[in-house]
Amino acid sequence: MKRFFAMISWMGLFRVWQRNLIVYLQNWKIRFLSPILEPLFYLLAFGLGLSTLVGHIRQGGIEVTYTAFIAPALIAINIMNNAFFENTYGSFVRMYYQKTFDAMMATPLTVNEIIAGEIVWGATKSVIATTIMMAIISAFGLIDYPAGLLLIPLSFLGGMAFGAVGMYFTAITRHIDLFNLPFFLFITPMFLFSGTFFPVENLPEWARIMAMILPLTHLVSAARSLCLSHFDGMMFWQLGYLTLFSLVFFPLALYKMRHRLIK
Amino acid sequence: MQAIIAAKHLTKRYGDLIAVDDISFDILPGECYGILGPNGAGKTTTIRMLYGFSPMTAGELTVFGLDLREHLRAIKSRIGVCQQENNLDPDLNLLQNLEVFGLFFDLTRRQAREKAQALLEFMALDHRKEAKALELSGGMTRRMVLARALINDPELLILDEPTTGLDPQSRHQVWERLEDLKKKGLTVLLTTHYMDEASRLCDRLLIMDHGRILVQGKPADLIRQYVGHDVIEVAEPDPALRAYVKSRLLQHEDFGHRMIIYEGNGGNLYHEISKHYCKEGCVLRMATLEDVFLKLTGRELRE
Repeated sequence: MKRFFAMISWMGLFRVWQRNLIVYLQNWKIRFLSPILEPLFYLLAFGLGLSTLVGHIRQGGIEVTYTAFIAPALIAINIMNNAFFENTYGSFVRMYYQKTFDAMMATPLTVNEIIAGEIVWGATKSVIATTIMMAIISAFGLIDYPAGLLLIPLSFLGGMAFGAVGMYFTAITRHIDLFNLPFFLFITPMFLFSGTFFPVENLPEWARIMAMILPLTHLVSAARSLCLSHFDGMMFWQLGYLTLFSLVFFPLALYKMRHRLIK
Repeated sequence: MQAIIAAKHLTKRYGDLIAVDDISFDILPGECYGILGPNGAGKTTTIRMLYGFSPMTAGELTVFGLDLREHLRAIKSRIGVCQQENNLDPDLNLLQNLEVFGLFFDLTRRQAREKAQALLEFMALDHRKEAKALELSGGMTRRMVLARALINDPELLILDEPTTGLDPQSRHQVWERLEDLKKKGLTVLLTTHYMDEASRLCDRLLIMDHGRILVQGKPADLIRQYVGHDVIEVAEPDPALRAYVKSRLLQHEDFGHRMIIYEGNGGNLYHEISKHYCKEGCVLRMATLEDVFLKLTGRELRE
């Protein structure tokens, strides 16, 4: 492990990250729009529309409104989407169509630094989106502070997990259309069944076990604990699972990318 | 004098395919060295090994006296590479393209900006510095890629087909810039399949095909050695000419509708041929590198 990290210079990683930040800041007004509007739309639709039908949900021994139930899930879904989109479509376009990585490889940067920088950038986008969403959701009084502030480091951890797995798919995907597979088979099921819009406990036994394998389930639970300031021992398992998930897919993504890029 | 690049028995295999097969060459400081060859000869693979893009399968490679395998990062920080693809960053404008590249070489933002400004002026692109990369013409794009390769003040510039696909005006502009750089003492390695480009820029060169080196040397020496001073081209050669060429044991190449005769050491061969065997016209011209190239690599198409 030590040797593995010795192959990455922090400065190199930072430079790749910085390149993406420079591009991002060019259109920040437009890029900020989605994390502002998305929670607004969801909260209005579900809060006004659905919550009267659903009533309250018992969550970890306390009663919460349906809107309070889904608000942390919206943040978790956004953490997943930002990092996963960035390190699949975003990174694939830079790698395959723009040949940005090829150009970088003619500089002192190494493939490891380029890919690590891309994944950390994906996680950074999750952090940015989370921070903006928190401001919006807080206006509805749905985040309990100061525990809620821990959503920011959580979004980085979640971003690393989903960015790393996204980059792994990018390394093994031959054509950009094939990203439909991980999106339909991995992202969409997670979006629906990870305790996002209804509690995992409502699922049949086998599906509940399946849901426990999915990283989003743990991210949603952790985000919910932070928003509601409701902690129990499960938090350690949730964070542990996300960390483990990152530690598996981060080196795997780098390994596969080296194979793909170094000919 | 220590060589800038010393390649010994350089080999690259992809499975069963041998892309580069045991080649050795040296490049000296301040020299412009050319690697020539038809498509698929192994030119790009060779230079990709030189900047660590492709790890070599076997052989030894030292750049600036450093072993490439041990010191790749240090070596890469001292070279500038102009790849074959125009892979400017389409998300950034020209000034930012250069600045961001400067950051990759660990320049400070200020240094990167000053250097970028100077290079845009050198390449006559400063009036377009706010333009995005995709808005440029072919010639401008190429100059921009060249500018980007110079952001770190390299001691060695590697160019993979720097003028392929450019119009004559743009080619000359690129050549003039390269000559300016040469005058400043920059060592240049380039691949090309344009013989006029190689004759104009290269002090020494090698011609390779099927991954192997066929010849290496100075362009003028190679021309003298392989085709002589002059060449006679005959259109629609008739049987009488063929018989004459055979009887005199002249070095020649016969393409059916055209025959090329290498004149060797001057004399009045042209006079003789034009007088007796030239019905459709024939020309006496100076031998060029292209004659050497075609003689050595043959004329069949490479695709």
